Amino acid sequence: MLKAEDLNVYYGPIHAVKGVSFEVNDGEVVTLIGANGAGKSTSLKTVSGLMRSRGGKIEFMGKSIASTPAHKIVELGIAHVPEGRRIFTSMTVEENLDMGAFTVRGGNIDADKERVFEQFPRLKERRRQIAGTLSGGEQQMLAMGRALMSHPKLLMLDEPSMGLAPILVEQVFDIISALHKAGTTILLVEQNAEMALSIADRAYVMETGRITLSGTGKELAASEEVQKAYLGG
Amino acid sequence: MKFLAYLVSGISLGSIYAIIALGYTMVYGIAKMLNFAHGDVIMVGGYISFLAATNLGLPALLSVLVAMAFCTVLGILIEGLAYRPLRSAPSLAVLITAIGVSYFLQNAALLIFGANPKAYTPVVSGTLKLFDGQLSISYVSIVTVVCCVVIMLALTAFTGKTRMGKAMRACSEDKGAAQLMGINVNRTISLTFAIGSALAAVAGALLCSFSPTLMPTTGSMPGIKAFTAAVFGGIGSIPGAFIGGILLGVIEALSRAYISTQLSNSIVFAVLIIILLVRPAGLMGKRTQEKV
Repeated sequence: MLKAEDLNVYYGPIHAVKGVSFEVNDGEVVTLIGANGAGKSTSLKTVSGLMRSRGGKIEFMGKSIASTPAHKIVELGIAHVPEGRRIFTSMTVEENLDMGAFTVRGGNIDADKERVFEQFPRLKERRRQIAGTLSGGEQQMLAMGRALMSHPKLLMLDEPSMGLAPILVEQVFDIISALHKAGTTILLVEQNAEMALSIADRAYVMETGRITLSGTGKELAASEEVQKAYLGG
Repeated sequence: MKFLAYLVSGISLGSIYAIIALGYTMVYGIAKMLNFAHGDVIMVGGYISFLAATNLGLPALLSVLVAMAFCTVLGILIEGLAYRPLRSAPSLAVLITAIGVSYFLQNAALLIFGANPKAYTPVVSGTLKLFDGQLSISYVSIVTVVCCVVIMLALTAFTGKTRMGKAMRACSEDKGAAQLMGINVNRTISLTFAIGSALAAVAGALLCSFSPTLMPTTGSMPGIKAFTAAVFGGIGSIPGAFIGGILLGVIEALSRAYISTQLSNSIVFAVLIIILLVRPAGLMGKRTQEKV
């Protein structure tokens, strides 16, 4: 479904992503794990068009999207829940969902909202509340619900567990598993390697801008290197 | 009764400031830049409606519409040519460019229309006399206040209810996240400049109807005052620009009447300083609590 080849991304003079290639097949949960500054988020931003790669290829469903503007990429079916959630804090919960449905034309947005509310009942209770006043966990739910409003074929999640209490982390991962079961393909960036590997079909380990390891979720969870570096084993 | 007359003139002057301030505040809200050329778009609007009325003989309303159309295109051009290439440049570069655009418009007007003031024919004439003629209110004043209220309500409804209006608010808060929603940020910014500039044309026609001398520098002072009004009310806030504009007009009119004509501008700015010391975000400034 998604194929990124030889991505090279720079922040000014800093070479943040160095020749990274990865792919996500239809129906998979794929995770990129690694420490802070490894280039995981930058890789996602490059897929969604917020950053550009110098050279390399990005194909989504057989079509090159390396030079497609970010707002068009959403229309093609990639939704990106960015790091730090970035919900619209001065808008209500419902307006945030409306923005998520910006690319949906002629569809039944109200029915889509109800579906999101079923998944995230807390959001329904707070639909008219200003999003900035939600708790961290609720904001994460909103960011995910907002992304789902565009009917994504591929959902990219950047650190959905960041800053959440352990019980909420589990909730978030339950939701990711549920979305996966419902047929959404997922690309997940996480620092919480244990949780990420537990639900991933395949995983890539990133270190200082490169992919150093890849394999199935199980393989990597069992690998000694990963154990040492990320799982405290 | 005199007080009432001053108050009315303050409110109508303030309504003009408010219309200009609405343009300022919308552009600031979304592009996070102070478009110092906004005042000069007012002047262009004044000239275009003047030419449409005197040279083409169009009726007042139609001449204002022509000016609005012209300024809309002008606003989109200014944004596209001068500001868009600087989208990721430091804000100081954008600010300097805006000042440059301002001088460019003034000097272009000087070249095309000359330095001599033109005598503008008010868009509406006549006065309404109340209380046996003790209080007279010009129809221009009434039209101005009505225009201002209608524009403020329309903009509030637009940004609150419509798809594009909400997209504008989304861009104003977080352009990256807005792009991830599928919003075309550049087009949204263009639209904002288009709306702001069309409002500037309306303000231009009304301003010149109040003080009928039209010169290349006509827009500068009202532009700066409207900017003050926008800051006063809380820059980025639509009701803030409205309230800020009206208050500024009233303070100016009353201090001119009761304190000193020369000092009225100083008093206006002194009040601004005091307000900002007490409420740094302005009267209606957003102070949302954010949880991270």
